[in-house]
Amino acid sequence: MSSLSSKIQDVFNEPGCGKNQGKSEKERKKGCTKQLQPGGAAGGCAFDGAKIALQPVTDVAHLVHGPIACEGNSWDNRGSKSSGSNLWRTGFTTDINETDVVFGGEKRLFNSIKEIIEKYDPPAVFVYQTCVPAMIGDDIEAVCKAASKKFGKPVVPVNSPGFVGPKNLGNKLAGEAILDHVIGTEEPEYTTPYDINIIGEYNLSGELWQVKPLLDELGIRILCCISGDAKYRDLASSHRARAAMMVCSKSMINIARKMEERYGIPFFEGSFYGIGDTSEALREISRLLIERGAPAELMDRTEALIAREEARAWAGIESYKKRLTGKKVLLITGGVKSWSVVAALQEAGMEVVGTSVKKSTKEDKERIKELMGEDAHMIDDMTPREMYRMLKEAKADIMLSGGRSQFVALKAKMPWLDINQERHHAYMGYVGMVELVKEIDKALYNPVWEQVRRRAPWEETTWEDVADSAIAAETAALAADPALAREKRRSTLICNCKSMARGIIEDAIVEHGLTSAEAVSEKTLAGTGCGGCKGKLDKILKTQDHWHPAAGEAAPRSQEAA
Amino acid sequence: MATVITPKKACAVNPLKMSQPIGSALAFMGIKNCMPLFHGSQGCTSFGLVLFVRHFKEAIPLQTTAMSEVATVLGGFENVEQAVLTIASRQKPSIIGISSTGVTETKGDDVEGFIKLIREKHPELDHIALVYVSTPDFKDAFQDGWAKTVTRLIEQLVDPMPLDAERLPNRVNLLPGAHLTPGDIDELRDVLEAFGLEVLVLPDLSGSLDGHIPDDFTPTTLGGISLEEIAGLGRSAHTVAVGEQMRSAAIALEAKTGVPYTLFDRLTGLEPNDRFIGLCAKLSGRPVPLKIRRQRGQLVDAMLDGHFHFGGKKIALGAEPDLLWALSQWATELGAEVKAAVTTTASPLLEHIPAKEVLIGDLEDLEARAAGCDLLMTHSHGRQAAERLKIPFYRIGIPMFDRLGAAHQTIVGYRGTRDLVFEIANLFIANGHEPRPDTWALPKEEGHAGTTAIAAH
Repeated sequence: MSSLSSKIQDVFNEPGCGKNQGKSEKERKKGCTKQLQPGGAAGGCAFDGAKIALQPVTDVAHLVHGPIACEGNSWDNRGSKSSGSNLWRTGFTTDINETDVVFGGEKRLFNSIKEIIEKYDPPAVFVYQTCVPAMIGDDIEAVCKAASKKFGKPVVPVNSPGFVGPKNLGNKLAGEAILDHVIGTEEPEYTTPYDINIIGEYNLSGELWQVKPLLDELGIRILCCISGDAKYRDLASSHRARAAMMVCSKSMINIARKMEERYGIPFFEGSFYGIGDTSEALREISRLLIERGAPAELMDRTEALIAREEARAWAGIESYKKRLTGKKVLLITGGVKSWSVVAALQEAGMEVVGTSVKKSTKEDKERIKELMGEDAHMIDDMTPREMYRMLKEAKADIMLSGGRSQFVALKAKMPWLDINQERHHAYMGYVGMVELVKEIDKALYNPVWEQVRRRAPWEETTWEDVADSAIAAETAALAADPALAREKRRSTLICNCKSMARGIIEDAIVEHGLTSAEAVSEKTLAGTGCGGCKGKLDKILKTQDHWHPAAGEAAPRSQEAA
Repeated sequence: MATVITPKKACAVNPLKMSQPIGSALAFMGIKNCMPLFHGSQGCTSFGLVLFVRHFKEAIPLQTTAMSEVATVLGGFENVEQAVLTIASRQKPSIIGISSTGVTETKGDDVEGFIKLIREKHPELDHIALVYVSTPDFKDAFQDGWAKTVTRLIEQLVDPMPLDAERLPNRVNLLPGAHLTPGDIDELRDVLEAFGLEVLVLPDLSGSLDGHIPDDFTPTTLGGISLEEIAGLGRSAHTVAVGEQMRSAAIALEAKTGVPYTLFDRLTGLEPNDRFIGLCAKLSGRPVPLKIRRQRGQLVDAMLDGHFHFGGKKIALGAEPDLLWALSQWATELGAEVKAAVTTTASPLLEHIPAKEVLIGDLEDLEARAAGCDLLMTHSHGRQAAERLKIPFYRIGIPMFDRLGAAHQTIVGYRGTRDLVFEIANLFIANGHEPRPDTWALPKEEGHAGTTAIAAH
């Protein structure tokens, strides 16, 4: 376990991660191990994250060492697409039983690897550690090493048991596993000055193939996409790329940065969502390749392609623009980066009335502000009723979100479009943006909304009436009773990680005369988890006059006391 | 009579089985105003949640004690306590259903002890029922988790009654197995109500996961049986249990309240439904209603029309024991042959399944045995196998994530059986082979009389 904990520390010190670098030494040590509040939420675990990151490698056997829950409840549930082998969609698990828990599961793991190699002959086996075998002390690194030696095939340990942290940490631990055991272990058949890696792209719904033809035309070769539609050999020889693009900022930054450090592959962070972003990404790829020695004419060809394709995309969107201009969109997303989608929607003439920043980094939030102004309505965590209220108050015409919140939208009889991992449509590149606009148009103008919003002939009140009157009653009660309003304000949860209510923070500010978010964090622990509530703390401090009119008197008093 | 085999292989490939805790959680989802809670790492919950969301296409209430590595080693009392407190203040449920997982069972957390401590420390939570079920991931399977949970609910929440207590003559309890969909439960309720009987269903997924639009947003379950109704199960005249897995629950209820039970190992097929309708008539003292008589006639006709297509067909089945039992009996009764049968966990029914052998195995085993079959029936994960084998595929069981309407697939009662006969017969018809000139070509044999004769010249 000691090597695992040092790995985790290493991941936390990731200099390429702005979020980690923004933290103090002490906070960084805790890093991404931030645990969710018991009973307060549910997200994936580190194992889930590791599997998501590597599973799209298509020709590898992905073997999960653990009880049936880890693989049996979740296999073949990702929408990545493969141009070749489908072995990645086969679920392999040691399905350990009580006896294994008592006597250890290493032998079963070794035999499982043996069976897989005999039956399926994959170029490599990836072995995923889970909580139970980690607890009983199964040493998967040793088993993988022995199996690799015995069978003459790479057997790669991915040491990311669920309980070490959230999904995001698992993404990075998976990255470490392939950095340690895979990347750089083979040589490509040949190299060209036009070889690139795309890092953090999973080819969900085949999205990569919306962009690949553009690169093909430019003569740019994707040496390896990590990990969408990758083959083991591509991954092993990816260290010979001339440049790299990182598409999902949080999940695989350590791969991009360490490949730069080890193999001198420069990278940039970009996105293929949105017309402008796609053009920018293509330019950046060409620029980096030229810097690394590709002929300068590449840029001219790139610009020509951009001009042609942008024009084609605009023409495609034009027909919808008339119908979509002025439509209000509520965007609640985790997986796809908020800011790139915001830009795309604005390109189609729509107005984004709110967006979520739950999984976005601080930098992402800044970009959202840049795009949408200071008033950007940011939603961190909402209960279904709040979401309904929001849909109503924002007068949104459509909601774009991940799979889980769809039920709120659908129950609220609100047009909804899936833009998370589970989506079935591909929205990348120029064609993808036309596709997205087409889908929004289809959702908005579907005649079903008119029918389902109609009340049943025998219904006196609909649930919307009930919810509306509940909301109105709540608002009225708060307006009529300042004490109640104060209580309501004070009970709002500000820091989800430390489950810190606003009242405690207000009291601390008043009592100790605190003036900075850092000081508040020190006193109350609020903001010492993910740090996502720093902005809220600043705002509370800034508006002290409003919620505590006597602040002017309280501050000097506490100074006296000090 | 079948030989029950457990393969000797170390690695499960393409699992058929799902874990116990999620079976347990699903049972809790049939209780009104309930919040199911996994005592384990957050991933355990997340996988279960995603699975049910994709199957039912509904918001699913399921929470986690979010055990970290350190908490797991030190013991999870604080996590359980905090989770219960958080849920009590946020979602305000009437009941929290706690299921253990592999991690906390490996550590050996004494959750019963934790609950005692929580009760002592937090009298303000007295109005919330806390029900705990031990469901380690590394033992048993989905339907076991469901069955254990129902038994536990009965042991803990039903008011005990003396044997000679007065009962409500027109009220019946229904204990459905994990393989019954909300649609199945609705069908049985319709039948019972047609006899003027009132039904209490434990757990009642037809109220919570049937895809209705709720009156208000609730963070807990949307419907289902209430705690008061569970407490009063002992006042019913009779209990109907469906699926062998429900036997221990039915016995527990009888032991506690004296309500006699009738267990139907299946309600798919003509004969078991005749027995069921007979029981309904006896319990209600009413003649069989006209609509049910007509339904029986329709089923008999469907079986007559359908048997042409079932006769001699070879079927490969992958399902949990009770569903496997129902499907294998039903298909055999229509003249088909169960050529491959794979299941997830032990059951006294397995050796009686009409097949040569029954494997406790995975979909790799089923695929290997399904070659040459005319139909594959299993949950959605069978899609890859069916594609490779190029045989028709009928999705049944949990999870069904790549088709709509999983909650309403109905295969019980005369009506459900009739529809299933039609659906499967139509699959056979659609995949019937058109004859071609070479369909009946003679086998190419080297050296038969003719060729030898010609070669001799």
